[in-house]
Amino acid sequence: MKKYIDSGKNDTRSGFGAGLAELGRTNPNVVALCADLIGSLKMQEFIKENPERFFQIGIAEANMIGIAAGLTIGGKIPFTGTFANFSTGRVYDQIRQSVAYSDKNVKICASHAGLTLGEDGATHQILEDIGLMKMLPGMVVINPCDYNQTKAATIAIAEHHGPVYLRFGRPKVANFTPADQKFEIGKAILLNEGSDVTIVATGHLVWEALIAAEDLENQGISAEVINIHTIKPLDEAAILTSVRKTGCIVTAEEHNYLGGLGESVARTLAQQLPTPQEFVATQDTFGESGTPAQLMEKYKLNNKAITEGVLKVLKRK
Amino acid sequence: MSDYTALQDLTVQVRRDILRMVHKVNSGHPGGSLGCTEFLVALYHEVMELKAGFDMDGKDEDLFFLSNGHISPVFYSVLARKGYFPIAELNTFRLIDSRLQGHPTTHEGLPGVRIASGSLGQGMSVAIGAALGKKLNNDPHLVYSLHGDGELQEGQNWEAIMFAAGNKVDNLIATIDYNGQQIDGATDDVLPLGDLKAKFEAFGWEVIEVTEGNNLEAIIKGLQDAKNRTGQGKPICILLSTIMGNGVDFMMYTHAWHGKAPSDEQLENALAQNPETLGDY
Repeated sequence: MKKYIDSGKNDTRSGFGAGLAELGRTNPNVVALCADLIGSLKMQEFIKENPERFFQIGIAEANMIGIAAGLTIGGKIPFTGTFANFSTGRVYDQIRQSVAYSDKNVKICASHAGLTLGEDGATHQILEDIGLMKMLPGMVVINPCDYNQTKAATIAIAEHHGPVYLRFGRPKVANFTPADQKFEIGKAILLNEGSDVTIVATGHLVWEALIAAEDLENQGISAEVINIHTIKPLDEAAILTSVRKTGCIVTAEEHNYLGGLGESVARTLAQQLPTPQEFVATQDTFGESGTPAQLMEKYKLNNKAITEGVLKVLKRK
Repeated sequence: MSDYTALQDLTVQVRRDILRMVHKVNSGHPGGSLGCTEFLVALYHEVMELKAGFDMDGKDEDLFFLSNGHISPVFYSVLARKGYFPIAELNTFRLIDSRLQGHPTTHEGLPGVRIASGSLGQGMSVAIGAALGKKLNNDPHLVYSLHGDGELQEGQNWEAIMFAAGNKVDNLIATIDYNGQQIDGATDDVLPLGDLKAKFEAFGWEVIEVTEGNNLEAIIKGLQDAKNRTGQGKPICILLSTIMGNGVDFMMYTHAWHGKAPSDEQLENALAQNPETLGDY
């Protein structure tokens, strides 16, 4: 199978910070807002270089979303930054009315998504955000897999007119996509060709899927691995092409199995190509305190869980 | 004393529009609409600096945001009679396939509307964002907004009020429709607002009280006063004391007509109190 090298673990939120800083230098319409989490969102560089284009909102996320919506009137491209929980569930109605329904060009940038923010526990570990955001008409939902891809995605969404939800995380994870890879919204990336099973993963579970594919290869199983960085709009063609070949699929995401990538894939397949599917995702549960690795293990979100899912789905072919 | 006869005629016509719009579809919010008729007529037809035509960015002109979106009938009538869209389109209010949705929206592309509103408490944040955008664009024009008094029970307003003062958003004039009524009754009974003037001032705002909020001259004087105080480091609030249902005797001083349309007989009675001036749509 194709080899991917981790060029050194890095956090996806730093990829966001680097992308935002670059936008600050290249696009004078980009403005940034933060609700008292500058350091966590790695926004310092943008702020240092563009103090007049940064708005510290304080701990007032609803106000932040409304101000961002207002800033688009006059041509600005606002990037809001806070944790995923406070970027979505806390401000759902503000996003729904003032951003999505009003078709405002706001980029909702959310760090610390999922279980892997770790020790802070379930109050901060949102596992429902992809579902919340993908249900909003017109909202683009992106969950990049590593530092390089998060940076590229941050830069790319400034060129897309309309609301975007960009989800990334706290821990350092493998950084393996090419630094110069252009980010195309809605275009899946085929990472490894295989013939027995399709693994479709999003976020840092893409790396786990690659490890699982190696493990499966050693067991004589050929796994196709697809990086779905954009959950909405979903690259249905890429999924259908792969599944026509393999006949079964495992989806992997750090999110509840209700409302996540897996459900979007299942809907696509149910309508166009009914296929056995297993879901690597949390099972309708809240999280808890722990280290990211412990949580990934306990809630079955790592490469072992993906391998298990593959072995299970193969029996259903 | 200025002659406001033409504006006065317009308010009577807008009142007729409101009444006929809600009557036709037997739904909508006449009470607050009638109470804010003079204010919106004065704002759009006397006070605001507006470009011809409409574009979403609204650069180099004043902007207005209606936060209490349920008073869409008065907003639509004033926009139509300012020329944003054909007056005849008022006939489609709340109908299927209409641009005149129950609550204002940008979704159908109605000229004059820059944000959806109706879910309460969001408009002040949006207005602040637009005001910050004007500053970034070196655009000296102002941003106006209107909010219900009951709407101030939504906590997001107070996030916005704190932010605007702390960040010296001094190109914003936010008006509160201070009619003392909300759906379930008097604000004093539902959830008392307390001393609003003192509250805004404590947050660091300039407050102007217009006690005759249905008097064109008083409204225009208050708005001019507000304009004169912009650019001095503080956001400005106008507490506009209005009479809900103003201009229709049986609709006045009560919350009963917040979201209720008149019957055929009631419409006839109400229209008789507001004889046609500029021509019905």
